[in-house]
Amino acid sequence: MTERVAIVGVAQTRFAPKRSDVNYGEMAYEAISQVLKDTGLALPGDIDSAISCSHDIWDGQTISDIGITDVIGGHLRAEEKMAMDGSTAVFYGAVGILSGEYSCTLIMAHTKMSQTNRNIVNNVAFDPIYTRMLGFDFTSAAALQARRYMYKYGITREDAARVVVKNLANAKLNPFASQSGDLTVADVLSSPAVAPPLHKLDIAPDTDGAVALILASEEKARKITDKPVWILGIGTCYDAHYLGDRDLADNFALEKAAGRAYAMAGIKNPRRSVDLAEVGDEFSYQELLWLEGLGLCDRGDAGRFTASGATAIGGKLPVNASGGLLSGVPANVAGLNRVAEAVLQLRGEAGERQVKGANIAVAQGHTGFCGQHQCVVVLGN
Amino acid sequence: MKRNVAIIGGGQTCHAARRHDVDQAEMVNEAVRAALKDARMTMDEIDLVILGNMEFFEGVHLTDCWLVHGTGAYGKQGVKITTGGTVGATAVCAGAHHVASGLFDKVLCIGFEKQEEGDTGAILSGVANPLWGRSMAGAAVGYFAMMGSSYIANWGATEEHSAMVAVKARQNARKNKYAHLKLDITIEDALNSRMLAWPIRMLDMCPASNGACAMILADEKTAKARCKKPVWIRAMETAHNEQFELDWRDVKTERLIFSRAAAGRLYRKLGVDDPAKYFDVFEIYEPATWAELIWYEDLGLCGPGEGFRLIEQGKTNIDGPIPVNPSGGVLSTNCIGASAMLRVWEAALQIRGDAGEHQVPRDVRRAMTTAYGGTNWTVMTALSKTLED
Repeated sequence: MTERVAIVGVAQTRFAPKRSDVNYGEMAYEAISQVLKDTGLALPGDIDSAISCSHDIWDGQTISDIGITDVIGGHLRAEEKMAMDGSTAVFYGAVGILSGEYSCTLIMAHTKMSQTNRNIVNNVAFDPIYTRMLGFDFTSAAALQARRYMYKYGITREDAARVVVKNLANAKLNPFASQSGDLTVADVLSSPAVAPPLHKLDIAPDTDGAVALILASEEKARKITDKPVWILGIGTCYDAHYLGDRDLADNFALEKAAGRAYAMAGIKNPRRSVDLAEVGDEFSYQELLWLEGLGLCDRGDAGRFTASGATAIGGKLPVNASGGLLSGVPANVAGLNRVAEAVLQLRGEAGERQVKGANIAVAQGHTGFCGQHQCVVVLGN
Repeated sequence: MKRNVAIIGGGQTCHAARRHDVDQAEMVNEAVRAALKDARMTMDEIDLVILGNMEFFEGVHLTDCWLVHGTGAYGKQGVKITTGGTVGATAVCAGAHHVASGLFDKVLCIGFEKQEEGDTGAILSGVANPLWGRSMAGAAVGYFAMMGSSYIANWGATEEHSAMVAVKARQNARKNKYAHLKLDITIEDALNSRMLAWPIRMLDMCPASNGACAMILADEKTAKARCKKPVWIRAMETAHNEQFELDWRDVKTERLIFSRAAAGRLYRKLGVDDPAKYFDVFEIYEPATWAELIWYEDLGLCGPGEGFRLIEQGKTNIDGPIPVNPSGGVLSTNCIGASAMLRVWEAALQIRGDAGEHQVPRDVRRAMTTAYGGTNWTVMTALSKTLED
């Protein structure tokens, strides 16, 4: 990129299983008002466009950005809604600034998973003709992916359980996390089976919450903060829809998205350059699979890599120091939370979960079951 | 914008109430293939795909993910945008941002709706606030009835004026081979059509269509090398509006509203003093007849309360001095996710001189389009024949 885009502020609500005290607009406002306060920016005035990230089907409202138009500053002004994972909103926000149309963009993702039933929402993402009536949801599709991954590369349930143990322990250090704990591999393995090989603790829980983030052009960023976090590279990619058209243990889309992001960032060897990663561990095994797709370890080697302690906060490549999605981040907010956590790390503002000496971070988000659409954001301070 | 952006190709389906012969992916694919053919391009050359569609209308969550084999997005970069009725124009706007950013040279934008697979009237009632708006929601018909009655009460227009808009749209549609409602109707037919919610009659409303539109945008270098008749995107403006249930469209309001705010900003960008003279053709988003009359006023084609005089005098006919919706507009074809994109594509066809029977009989160098959706939201786009226009 000849010109640079910076993230100049992030704010998050606390993630909780049910926020019956607020509607989704009010919940979004918690994050938005905090990020405005932190950056000292005004709506309108400083911010010239807004991107919201949500899904009508989760919100139970048609054209659901109607419910946040006021709080995001969309009244008589530009607001656009992405119906994808929040990471992709960062991608599009950066594009808008690079285009020269905007100089400062507010991005916000919100979901109240408590408002509806995850299985029903998931099920209508399957094509209405062939696969929907099979009763699929993202969890049962993920179970197929986990099985294929275990079969192809010899990954074990214990390998995946170590991700849960690590992430929930990290979550104890994160005041925004919905759940945390000192678990053992045996605790994860003995939690109730949901869709074997996935058990309850292998699956990110339902929560409510919102994340807001502000992007700015280089010129504007310098005026707003002395700790801008730069978007060094971004990339996205779609895989096929039908599960039978994919080898679910391969990372076709993620490898392409990551390749695009690294190329833009000028990163030839991500294992050497990347200091930490925040990845979409919607299911425990996905943290392993995505690490391979991001080129941060060899194919099939992520289980051993994790068991070696490399992905712990003090390890060679801390992964999900925040506690990840397994600690409870809502669907769709997930990717924006990955980016926000990476930003906090690079600004040195991650509190007790701070990783030492991090300069380059990778955030990964995905949309659709089994990570059909992938988005990779490379950040640097 | 940091780089000039051109429309180098586009295509649409033949829009219809029933398309039992295709599923959503196949229908979208028809428009994508038409756009690629028009641009003399293969899918391999496309860098990024943008899809606009509303997930509730067909009851499919993450439509972009399902449709990758129809949109051509498999293995490619892409985003999905959902902003209601405006989404087709937002997708074009997003496409222009991607090209202008310098990261992408050739972007495919797609908008579609297959309304027969859902119940849009019911779904649109879900636009209203679930706590205090939904109990009085009347979907699109109810909203436009309030707009029409305010227009009649304040400006002294009559039902004949909305009937004139209804007739103009469907007669223009008869010249457009892709249009859905090609009706040979008279003012009397419109006035005698079934009352839905006063003053909205059946022929005052847009149909529920199935259809898709696709457009290919490119940077200046690609456009000049690859396209004989590129159409340039000169300015874009988006304005959303807070929820409206209790202040729905008093036509006499003097406060700044979405349409006037966006038009004002767009005109300032381009230095437009008199839009009726500056632009050679308008393609506007009119889901109901009364909306067209209000657009005339909000776009500054006439003064407040004078919109119905324009239609009365035939000024907005295809061969009039201010042609509006020669394609037949949304009143003739409303495949929601595609409707706002069709405005831009039809305007581009007019500039290229490729609109066929509904080509405006003059040298079209500049065109303006509007989108309309959400709770009074718009996206406006200004196009030109050359970068000097």
